[in-house]
Amino acid sequence: MSRSRAARPWFLVIPGVIALAFLVVPLLVLLWQAPWGSFASIVTSPTALEALRLSLFTSLLATALSCLVGIPLAWLLAREVLPATNVLRAFVIVPLLLPPVVSGVALLAAFGRRGSIGGVLYSAFGIQLPFTTAGVVLAEAFVAMPFLIITLEGGFRSLDRRYEDAAMTLGASSWTVFRRITLPLVGPSLIAGAVLCWARALGEFGATITFAGNFPGVTQTMPLAVYTALESDRSVAIALSIILLVVSVGVLVALRGRYMRPAVSS
Amino acid sequence: MTVSADFTSRRGAFELDFAATLQPGVVVAIIGPNGAGKSTLLRTLAGLSAVDTGSVRIDDVVVDDGRSFVPTQDRAVGVVFQDYALFPHLTVLENVAFGPRARRTSKHAARARALDALDRLGVADLADRRTADISGGQAQRVALARALVTEPRLLLLDEPLSALDAETREAVRTELDVTLAGFDGCTVLVTHDPLDALLLADRVIVLEGGRIVQDASPVDLARRPLTPYVAALMGVTLLRGTAADGLLTVDGGGVLHLADHAIRGRALAVVRPEAVTLHRHEPEGSARNAWPGQVAALQPSSDRVRVLVDAAPSVIAAVTPAAVAELGLTRGTSVWMSLKAVDVDVYSTPAH
Repeated sequence: MSRSRAARPWFLVIPGVIALAFLVVPLLVLLWQAPWGSFASIVTSPTALEALRLSLFTSLLATALSCLVGIPLAWLLAREVLPATNVLRAFVIVPLLLPPVVSGVALLAAFGRRGSIGGVLYSAFGIQLPFTTAGVVLAEAFVAMPFLIITLEGGFRSLDRRYEDAAMTLGASSWTVFRRITLPLVGPSLIAGAVLCWARALGEFGATITFAGNFPGVTQTMPLAVYTALESDRSVAIALSIILLVVSVGVLVALRGRYMRPAVSS
Repeated sequence: MTVSADFTSRRGAFELDFAATLQPGVVVAIIGPNGAGKSTLLRTLAGLSAVDTGSVRIDDVVVDDGRSFVPTQDRAVGVVFQDYALFPHLTVLENVAFGPRARRTSKHAARARALDALDRLGVADLADRRTADISGGQAQRVALARALVTEPRLLLLDEPLSALDAETREAVRTELDVTLAGFDGCTVLVTHDPLDALLLADRVIVLEGGRIVQDASPVDLARRPLTPYVAALMGVTLLRGTAADGLLTVDGGGVLHLADHAIRGRALAVVRPEAVTLHRHEPEGSARNAWPGQVAALQPSSDRVRVLVDAAPSVIAAVTPAAVAELGLTRGTSVWMSLKAVDVDVYSTPAH
């Protein structure tokens, strides 16, 4: 008894509980204030459904694009194939820390109609990215891909290289080795990275509204719909927020804390 | 149908300089201390790393000479990795079928060949198991089946028994011996265990510091070690000195009488610990060699105690535990050693 008392010093318990309350209470209040009576009609309204559909479509596409180019980049970083890997990794991490609105401005500078790359795309091919659904995907991928890359790089790094050596001595081409040995063995990291990437893409707001604008049915994703609703009808904003909250909690449960534990060497 | 290697390979400050021709049907053991270049040699022969100078040929085809390089996928090699490196996400059968599949055999045929290879090693009943669910001895057999199923011309085994406990090891070593005897290609077995080398190999190449220091049959290796490292592996004392007129003047002090009066010049001498007798006082007997020293260390080994005596020359003596008690041996005890001239096995230092 005395031991467990000694293990609970007040100067840690009190501020710790305050922190916990601070993180949990707003979410509980959100649930408490939810317009449960009209919840079904709000979330099935055309605006909400359209935002939900657009969010799912763009976030899944952004995740797929991130996998397509992010998996190879994670491998390049893990194997230190490119020069100055540490510097390159820092560039990959920057979008994680950058205020999303800054990411949006950077994307506008590069891919805007008068941007360095966007200008060429527009004048040569008539392709316009800002203020389009494609722009939403671009903004989400820009912000979310680092989650995939960093998680997966760790997986590639901790992989025992002898499995790949063994596969090569058995006659497997580098593509076969990658597809049948490397990727399956980093499977848990790949899934964790892809889920984190998707969750981040789904919640993306700042870069999206800056680069793609807020047009219902075209670029108005769920977070943008929540923001818009807040100015007209708080209960709609709360109802839509709850959907995003459920998705986040769902991600947490799906990963079952396996990949989100604090780094403890086992 | 041979493998000939004559190359150097650099790893930072370390350089491996290796030259040997391997004959089919002959098991060659590569033995040496850590950092001697055993792994580099294995990876170079396998095609997992490249030579810096020189070349490697398999069946008279140059597979690596600094200009052309045949990657491991296209070399007819099989490798049993240390700790076996069985793919953890595949079953035993899928592991063994991986090679044939990668070489474009149909799925059905690949599985049939894998099952056949497992059957030959007596582990076909494990086919559907996960590799995590089999024992070390079983994993060794599966790894061997996986390496042999692609019918390599060169089989490379990296410490194939080191992952096993002492009891399993002996049984698996006997089976491995049978399997290797039935393999008609070249076999290279990397090990740090002298017993593996002596029992499994037809030829032993000793690497030290990236150089070949001895290349001999197991019998010659045991009888005539050329370096202190090999002598220590074989458990004998190696003395280096100059022979003349039936006397060996040992480098570092001491003179021993030899039975061989013909040998002259630089020579090596092996003294078996069992041939050395220990006494508390100066012995009077027929042994031609008797000299004093002090006990430096005592090491129990099976039914004998190995006594390292600091003297001129220093030697190891093997005595019974009873003798240790009777003579009251501990570190620092003054003793006399006696040794018959005929038990000093002397031979000329080979010219390199």
